[in-house]
Amino acid sequence: MPDFLLELRCEEIPARMQAGARAELEKLFRRELEAAGVTVGEITVWSTPRRLALIARDLPEATEAVSEEAKGPPEGAPDAAIDGFCRKNGVTREQLELRDVKGRNTWFAVIEKPGRATKDLLAEAIPAIIRDFAWPKSMRWGAPSLSTESLRWVRPLSGIVAILGEELVDCEIDGIASGYATRGHRFHCPGEITIGGVDDYQGKLRACHVIVDHEERAALIREGAATVAADAGLVLVEDEGLVIENAGLTEWPVPLLGRFDEAFLDVPPEVIQLTARVNQKYFVCRKPSPLEGRGLGEGAVLANAFICTANIDAEDPAVVVDGNRKVLAARLSDARFFWEQDQKTPLAEHAKKLERITFHEKLGTVADKVERVAKLARWLCEEGIVKADPDLAEQAARLCKADLVTEMVGEFPELQGLMGGYYARAEGLPDAVADAIRDHYKPVGQGDEVPTAPVTVAVSLADKLDTLSAFFGIEEKPTGSKDPFALRRAVLAIVALISKNSLRASLATIFAKQPVFAPDTDAFAIFERIYGETFTRRLEPDTAEKQGRAVLEGIVNDVIGFVIDRLKVQQREAGVRHDLIDAVFALGGEDDLVRLLARVNALQAFVTTEDGANLLAGYKRAANILKKEDWHGSRGEIRSTGDEDPLEDVDDPQMREIYAEQLSPLSYTLEDAEKALIDALDAAEPKAVTAIEAEDFAAAMSALASLRAPIDRFFEEVIVNAEEKHVRAARLDLLARLRGAVHQVADFSRIEG
Amino acid sequence: MSAQPATRNPQASFQDMILALHDYWSAQGCVILQPYDMRMGAGTFHTATTLRALGPQPWNAAFVQPCRRPTDGRYGENPNRLQHYYQYQVILKPSPPDLQELYLKSLEVIGIDPLKHDIRFVEDDWESPTLGAWGLGWEVWCDGMEVTQFTYFQQMGGFDCKPVAGELTYGLERLAMYIQGVDNVFDLAFNSQGVTYGDVFLENERQMSKWNFEVADTDALFDLFGKAEAECRNCLANDLPIAAYEQAIEASHIFNLLQARGVISVQERASYMGRVRDLARGSCEAHMAKEAPIWAEKYPEWSA
Repeated sequence: MPDFLLELRCEEIPARMQAGARAELEKLFRRELEAAGVTVGEITVWSTPRRLALIARDLPEATEAVSEEAKGPPEGAPDAAIDGFCRKNGVTREQLELRDVKGRNTWFAVIEKPGRATKDLLAEAIPAIIRDFAWPKSMRWGAPSLSTESLRWVRPLSGIVAILGEELVDCEIDGIASGYATRGHRFHCPGEITIGGVDDYQGKLRACHVIVDHEERAALIREGAATVAADAGLVLVEDEGLVIENAGLTEWPVPLLGRFDEAFLDVPPEVIQLTARVNQKYFVCRKPSPLEGRGLGEGAVLANAFICTANIDAEDPAVVVDGNRKVLAARLSDARFFWEQDQKTPLAEHAKKLERITFHEKLGTVADKVERVAKLARWLCEEGIVKADPDLAEQAARLCKADLVTEMVGEFPELQGLMGGYYARAEGLPDAVADAIRDHYKPVGQGDEVPTAPVTVAVSLADKLDTLSAFFGIEEKPTGSKDPFALRRAVLAIVALISKNSLRASLATIFAKQPVFAPDTDAFAIFERIYGETFTRRLEPDTAEKQGRAVLEGIVNDVIGFVIDRLKVQQREAGVRHDLIDAVFALGGEDDLVRLLARVNALQAFVTTEDGANLLAGYKRAANILKKEDWHGSRGEIRSTGDEDPLEDVDDPQMREIYAEQLSPLSYTLEDAEKALIDALDAAEPKAVTAIEAEDFAAAMSALASLRAPIDRFFEEVIVNAEEKHVRAARLDLLARLRGAVHQVADFSRIEG
Repeated sequence: MSAQPATRNPQASFQDMILALHDYWSAQGCVILQPYDMRMGAGTFHTATTLRALGPQPWNAAFVQPCRRPTDGRYGENPNRLQHYYQYQVILKPSPPDLQELYLKSLEVIGIDPLKHDIRFVEDDWESPTLGAWGLGWEVWCDGMEVTQFTYFQQMGGFDCKPVAGELTYGLERLAMYIQGVDNVFDLAFNSQGVTYGDVFLENERQMSKWNFEVADTDALFDLFGKAEAECRNCLANDLPIAAYEQAIEASHIFNLLQARGVISVQERASYMGRVRDLARGSCEAHMAKEAPIWAEKYPEWSA
């Protein structure tokens, strides 16, 4: 069973595309061979900037012969149809066979497919793979590109090596013919090298300064960078993304350490790291410290060193290092220039330039947004929802987006927030304000740190609440997979901020208070345009205002609905049973997220305990009977008599007696078990109520769980469906009372089991 | 390279470096053009690149193009940044199969040994919305420094390039600084007789930075922009695409000056760019419309 080697050589493939290209090559190779009936086993795919290589082990020499049948038109069909069928299947009319299909004579073509040599199949598969190859971006080149139909590849394709066993697989595409020859390293071994097959491929390339296995190169870079750092008495700041990128930029990677002017260390370390990484693909190093960590986190001190990855064994590495040092120095002086330049203007002055930046064409400028966030942050503090100084919160909010117009963030957008924090501190603003500016984008995604510093919480929450409300206001809601303004993420951040910091407030109150919905905002004018004049009091004052308010309420309800929906999804993803989520959310009317989540958490913990099982069992017994009897309580029964207002005629002397009978359960002698249940309920109910008021839902459920035994005894000894109507009613009411008590915690009827 | 006279010293003289590149690319069959006599932001604006990238006929040219980037001015105080600098442009249509090798040899000609210096092709796709153009390629790194933009043009003026042209844009000052081992652009040896780049350009940088940023009469600039725009349309109406294209270049540079004067707001910016784009693309389209019948006749396998 021969092994197969395919190498597709081309001009430098972008590093970021190589992993995808390896997967694509394997996928297409399997597709083509499997379609031809070849079983493909183990496949290895390697990449360098200049080649993709695929090795398939143990391919069969040839495929098995197969016989295929195709059903054609019925006997007597027009000649054209039969001829067409013959052409399609490559048979003559004489070769057709007539067979009976459900009582009808039908033509069949039997196509004998002889086994084919794998080599021939490969010769057909290779051009197909090349033509079908999906690159993120591809191009045409050279003389054939006179036609737009010419071959497309990521960069010009220059050579194909295709060897099965030791035999050349002959193929050609757009003038590029397969052969045994490849090329080594662009500079160390520019000539041709002849490959014998799978076995000598990797070794011959290595001898010609090409390490073809991308993972081997990555390991060399990873370990080499750590080693040169250690040799200099430093610690590499690990960066796996950079390892992969440099492996994709080199065929013969050589990590080299250089130093930059120590004076640049005045610039924030994040800026230095980003400058080195993004622009130059360099690693940075830190000084060894007892606080061991892998990144550039707390306590790490950046060193004035960089590590570049050369693609040659340079005659004098110092020359290469020195060149790279100069480039980095120029970059770092730009960064330092930005750093110093930005600080010449106070953040408050920078913030004024936000008037020139559009936040969204329908929602005004970033300055407008900042104004709203500032108002909202202040309100959140003044209401006591966030326990922070309202002045500090407003100050931080007014400055939080100012760094967007600084030179540094213009150069490195990913430093937004962080730079604002640095500049605020350098200006001497309070730490709480600087921290809030720095961290107000957090949490950015799941697993990101959730702010707890009060001023930060106020600004972060206000920012996200405003985004959510504003986009709902202009009907830009997420649909399906489309969420261009990341509103789902905003909701998760809001939920995280509220629950992590136990912020107590009703969502309805919060969203109704959004400055974006206030008549003095630009956005409000937009809402007017979207929802019509009724949004304001412009026409007939009274009705217009009423309608405007109705529209606003609609928007607010939509937002809250969206938040609740996302919360359900989030809880499900966090592993909470869906029936428990439903049981809590079914209560409705609850829009205090902290309490909502406390209930869910308590319920989740409680249902699995013995008390939980007891309460659920007792509840179900009671609820089942109520359901069976369709009991809505004595008052409900009165209502079912058809009176519009059941209590309207309470004072009707003729009715008085009847009501008295119905409404007074003690008008008969209680049985022991009944009395016991009432006593138990009398004891448990206040406990539960007190616990619920204290939001100790676990304690409330424990109190109610104590009813299990009295309930069981009640069902054993007492006939609920007593003959006397008022006795039956009283007993059903007792059970309804029990159900009602439990429903104060959650709708247990939704709980399974 | 035998084409290079022994007297040239590209490693110690800016002008010799340019002359060595001229010798080299001339030997490769390029016409050596002189700079376009208009103010422009990049060599790509030269008609030898934009307009010649369209259509089927082969075209190989090399030239130096002075580039003006008003916002990059630093009053001659920054060692790396200039509001006026040189690009060396090579355009080869169709792109030859050994374009990378040809390019690397040109580096050797000016004194860069690829076994001493780390040369790399790093992904960098090029796009000019103004010209309705894009291409794929790399920035070429020499020891981490970008020395050349290497692009296979795919579209120009909104039209597919058929065939594709290869474009090389060398940053001459950077290359020379590297080769001469100089940290400040103004310290570059311009020739071998002691004239520096600073002798030639420092005062120019000071004055032009001041003019670009502080002095240029903005009312006059707005006026000029409008006039260039009108003249471009006038040319298009009279079926003179090359003349129209010149006015598009003019409008583009006036816009850059207005930017440097800081009188164009973010919102207006997009609108001005759109106006320049319309002029440039309109000119390319007119050029294509005018030439297409002739090209189609000469190259039957070609179609617009």
